[in-house]
Amino acid sequence: MIKRFFKDLKKYSKYIAYATKSGLKAEIAGSYLSWIWLFLEPICFMLIYTFIAIVVFNSSVEYFPVFVFIGLTIWSFFQKSLLASVRLVLSNRDTVTKVYVPKFILLLTRMSINSVKFFISFLLVIICMAIYQVPITWNVLYFFPIFIILFIFTFGICAIFMHFGVFVQDLANITTIALRLVFYASGVFFALDKRVPEPYNEILIVANPVAAIITQCRDVLLYGMSMDFTLMGAWFVIGLLLALLGIRTIYKYENTYVKVMR
Amino acid sequence: MAKKEKIAITVKNLNIFYKEIKRFSIAKSGLNNLVNARNFHAVKNVSFEIPKGEIVGICGKNGSGKSTLLRAIAGIFSADSGEIDLHGNSISLLSIGVGFQRKLSGYENIFLSGLLLGYTEEEIKKRLDEIIEFSELGDFIYKPVLSYSSGMYSKLAFSITAILETDIMLIDEVLSVGDIHFREKSYNKMKELINDENRTVIIVSHSSKTLKSLCDRVIWLNEGEIKGDGPAQEVVDKYEEYMKNLD
Repeated sequence: MIKRFFKDLKKYSKYIAYATKSGLKAEIAGSYLSWIWLFLEPICFMLIYTFIAIVVFNSSVEYFPVFVFIGLTIWSFFQKSLLASVRLVLSNRDTVTKVYVPKFILLLTRMSINSVKFFISFLLVIICMAIYQVPITWNVLYFFPIFIILFIFTFGICAIFMHFGVFVQDLANITTIALRLVFYASGVFFALDKRVPEPYNEILIVANPVAAIITQCRDVLLYGMSMDFTLMGAWFVIGLLLALLGIRTIYKYENTYVKVMR
Repeated sequence: MAKKEKIAITVKNLNIFYKEIKRFSIAKSGLNNLVNARNFHAVKNVSFEIPKGEIVGICGKNGSGKSTLLRAIAGIFSADSGEIDLHGNSISLLSIGVGFQRKLSGYENIFLSGLLLGYTEEEIKKRLDEIIEFSELGDFIYKPVLSYSSGMYSKLAFSITAILETDIMLIDEVLSVGDIHFREKSYNKMKELINDENRTVIIVSHSSKTLKSLCDRVIWLNEGEIKGDGPAQEVVDKYEEYMKNLD
C-alpha cells in the first residue's frame, strides 16, 4: 500500500504541481489586483485581528501582533484544508466520474494550494519579526520540522474526513461547528497557558494538536526556545498513523464513491 | 485464427451492485440506515474476452448497465465480484472536459486535462500543436474557457481526448460536437482512431447505424445480462426486432 502510494504520488506529482498553479491562478483570475491579492488578503486579516486583539483584549503578550499572526497562519492552513476536504470528492464530481485518479491526489492538490498561501503568510511573519525586532536564534530552524508535522497531521485528518464526507451529508455542518470549538481551544489570539486556568491549559496544549503546534511555533520563533521533542514527536507519530489509516481507507473505498454520488 | 490473437480485455463473471441508498444525513436517519440499504444489481455475471484490435459495440435499452460496465472497465467503478484484466494495456474512457478549470485559458487546460488523464508533460507538449490546430480555436486558445461558446468548449474538449491516444479506448456514445463541419471532422477522426489496427475499442451506442458501420462485433446487454454476442449485423438486427416488439 505504501509502495502504491509513492508510485501514485510520483505519477501524479506533475499534475499536483500544475493544478496547484492553475488553482491559484484561477482564484485571482479576473481581479484587477491579480496576484497582489495573495499578499493583500493575509495583510488585511492581520491588521484586523491585531486591531481587535490590541484594542479589545488589551494583551500584555510580547510581540503581540506577530504572536497573533503565527497562530492565524497555522490555523487557516488547518481550517481551510479540513473544510475543503469534506466536500472535495463532490466538488470534483466532473473529474471523479470520468477518469480514475487516486482521490488523495485531489486532497494533496488542495493542501498544496493552501501551503503556498501558508508560506506567503509566513513571509509576512518574518517581515513582522524584523519590524518588531524579535531576537533571532538558531531555534527558528525548528519551524521546518514543525511545519512538516502540521502537514502530515492535517493530511491524515483530512483524508479521513474526505472519505466520510462522501457518505455523510451533514458532515460539512458538523465540521464547521467543531472547527469553531477547536479555534477557541487553540489560542489563536491569546496565550493559552496564561489565559486558561490550571490544569486545563496544559491539557489543551498537549491534547489539542493545533494548539500544540501553534504554541511550539511561537516558542521557537519568538521566544528563542527549543522544540519540545516529546510533544512534537508524539504528534508526528500520531499524524503518521492517521495518514496511513486515511490512505488505506481511501484506497479501499475510493472506487465506490462514484456509486454513492449519482 | 481467433485463438492466435492476443487478448486485450478479459472480463470474468463481473457483478456490480448499486446501493439504493445515496448519501445519508445523521440528523435525518442515524447510522443504522446504512445497514438497510437495498442493492440494485446493475451488471449480472457478465463474461467476455476481446482480442487486441477488435472494435466491439455494446447495445441495450436504457438502464441495462452499459455505461456501468464501461466505467468498471475504465477503473472508475469497482466490481463487487468477478475480474477485469486489461493485460497491461493503457486505457481511457473517452470523455470530454475532464478536470477543466473554467477560469483559465484553453492552453492551460490542455495540460491540466492531459496530466489528469495520465499523460506526461512531454507527451502533451509533443501533441500540443496538433491539438490546437484540430480544435480550430485559433487565438481563442489563450482566452479563458469561461468565455467560450458551448461549441468551442466541446471542440477543445474533443480535441484533447482524441489526440492523446491509448491502447484501449472506451467510448460512451460516439461524440458529435460543434457545427456540421466539425462534426464530420470529429466523426472521421473517431473513425481513424477506431480503425487503428493496434487499438482495441469498446463503443456504447443507441444508434444501430453507428454500431453496424463501426463495429466488428456487438454485445447486447439486457437488464445487466448478456443477451447476445456476435457479428455486429446479426446482433443488432435481433436487438432491433426485440425493441420493436416491446411496444
